[in-house]
Amino acid sequence: MTTITETRPVPATPSRTAGSGQKVTGRRVLRSEWAKLWSLRSTWITLTLGLLFLFAVGVIAAVQYRSMTGPGKHLDPGLADATTQSLALFGVPFALVALVALGVLGVLTTSGEYTSGMIRSTLAAVPRRLPVLWAKAAVHGLIAFVLSVIGVFVAFLVASGILSRTPIAMSVTDGGVVRSLLGAGLYLGLVAVIGVALGALLRSTAGGISALVGTFLLVPSLMSLLPRSWRTDVTPYLPSSAGESVFALHHTAGTLSAGAGLLVLLGWTALVLGGAAHRLVRSDV
Amino acid sequence: MIEARQLTKRYGPKTAVDGLDFTVRPGSVTGFLGPNGAGKSTTMRMIIGLDAPTAGSVTVNGREYAKHAAPLREVGALLEARSIHPGRTAFDHLMALAYTHGIPRARVDEMIELTGLGSVARRRAGAFSLGMGQRLGIAAALLGDPQTVMLDEPVNGLDPEGVLWIRNLLTDLAAAGRTIFVSSHLMSEVALVADHLIIVGRGRVLAGTTVQELVRQAGGDTVAVASADPARLRGLLAGPGVEITASTGSEQLSVTGMSAREIGTRAAEHGIALFELTARTVSLEDAFMALTKDAVEYHSETTVARAA
Repeated sequence: MTTITETRPVPATPSRTAGSGQKVTGRRVLRSEWAKLWSLRSTWITLTLGLLFLFAVGVIAAVQYRSMTGPGKHLDPGLADATTQSLALFGVPFALVALVALGVLGVLTTSGEYTSGMIRSTLAAVPRRLPVLWAKAAVHGLIAFVLSVIGVFVAFLVASGILSRTPIAMSVTDGGVVRSLLGAGLYLGLVAVIGVALGALLRSTAGGISALVGTFLLVPSLMSLLPRSWRTDVTPYLPSSAGESVFALHHTAGTLSAGAGLLVLLGWTALVLGGAAHRLVRSDV
Repeated sequence: MIEARQLTKRYGPKTAVDGLDFTVRPGSVTGFLGPNGAGKSTTMRMIIGLDAPTAGSVTVNGREYAKHAAPLREVGALLEARSIHPGRTAFDHLMALAYTHGIPRARVDEMIELTGLGSVARRRAGAFSLGMGQRLGIAAALLGDPQTVMLDEPVNGLDPEGVLWIRNLLTDLAAAGRTIFVSSHLMSEVALVADHLIIVGRGRVLAGTTVQELVRQAGGDTVAVASADPARLRGLLAGPGVEITASTGSEQLSVTGMSAREIGTRAAEHGIALFELTARTVSLEDAFMALTKDAVEYHSETTVARAA
């Protein structure tokens, strides 16, 4: 048997009693997930893009509306019944890009763990597993909510400045506006949580993003394929429609109330999150 | 202390780990040896709860790994597969793990220092070479100051300097009283550091032994003697503790329990001319190969064999 003859100092490791207060707690897992999120470049890129779209699209829509309401101009019927609030939020369909950005960030945070192999380090540190999912959902939901609220408030304020003295001018103090803007934040926060859950459920970035985009962008437009009677019964309960009810300023007969919409969206979130939790606990990594 | 009892893992029809029973004793260096596909990686993943056993159980210091309040303080693991997000810096990676246990930043800095990653700690891990990635994996394994350090094929793909570094690290950790469980498919690598050996093949334990024992069992330290009168020589050499084998019609004997010098002297005393007198130390590699010969999953006609 060969022996190592080379002399080398023993690595300085402090006595094992030094870390007796070290154990896994929910709070520490949250702290870890928070640090993980901000230590990736993709987070900064996606959040910046998401905020930029949220803001820019609202402002562009406002400017466009203003230029079209000049004397002798024909007003696009889609814009005719707009409000400042709807322009600043999702009056223009491609403002959904903001939604996609926040949702995609949620997907990336969980699917990225699997595609990179980081999940093995993560679950070796937190082998009970579920705290990781709850922490990721909480961190992403909170960040998406806070940033969206900031984004939509700023967009609303700028848009209402541009749109003052037009037929749709509104101010923050008008009835329902604050509720609507906060509702938009809640909606996007829950979309982020759904993204986290989809990533954990499918363990694949492409799969998670497809599922997310499919749910929020494709399914609503596919509803037109259904018979009319079904369509009116089903459509309000889709995650996208329910979510839109949460921040809609005016509710029509075909849409849910803000509260009901929020409950339905929470139901969808719980469903996907439950599926993700089930897979996380049951499957090998 | 790691205890596996009838530990079994099946993937569909394929049984990766088949009723393993073994104990990794505290304060020892235990080598976990077996050819590729023997179930070593799967076993290690089951120890830290990444894979759930199909049957049987494995405990760390008396309970399941996941049931410990501070798992990183029980077992620090370096897995064979890369377990690092390429977009995160080495420092951020270690900090993220440290936060889960409330491990102070000073410990993270200390591990970066210990593994020699100081100059690259702020670089993204995706740009790391294999050796640096391995060092980062070891820094993460040692982060919780664990009682048991478990490493899956730690020297695979490393350059000689990296191999030497890992070897020294293991020796140092062992000297500091840590329990070490290290897997390899290379006997020579494990023999340098391990006291105990658990040899597996096709998901089963083939032997739980020590390095010396393995050599002895494999018929180590044999002396080959050839003479014109093997029958007479055999009679002269026979005695307690001496084992002699011969094949009929051959003038050669295989003697264990006697040195070449003793045999030569005895033959000279009785005037027997020797044609050959060769000490044949069975190499550990030979002993290992003999044990696992039937358990090798892919023989050399398959060139690309991957560990499970």
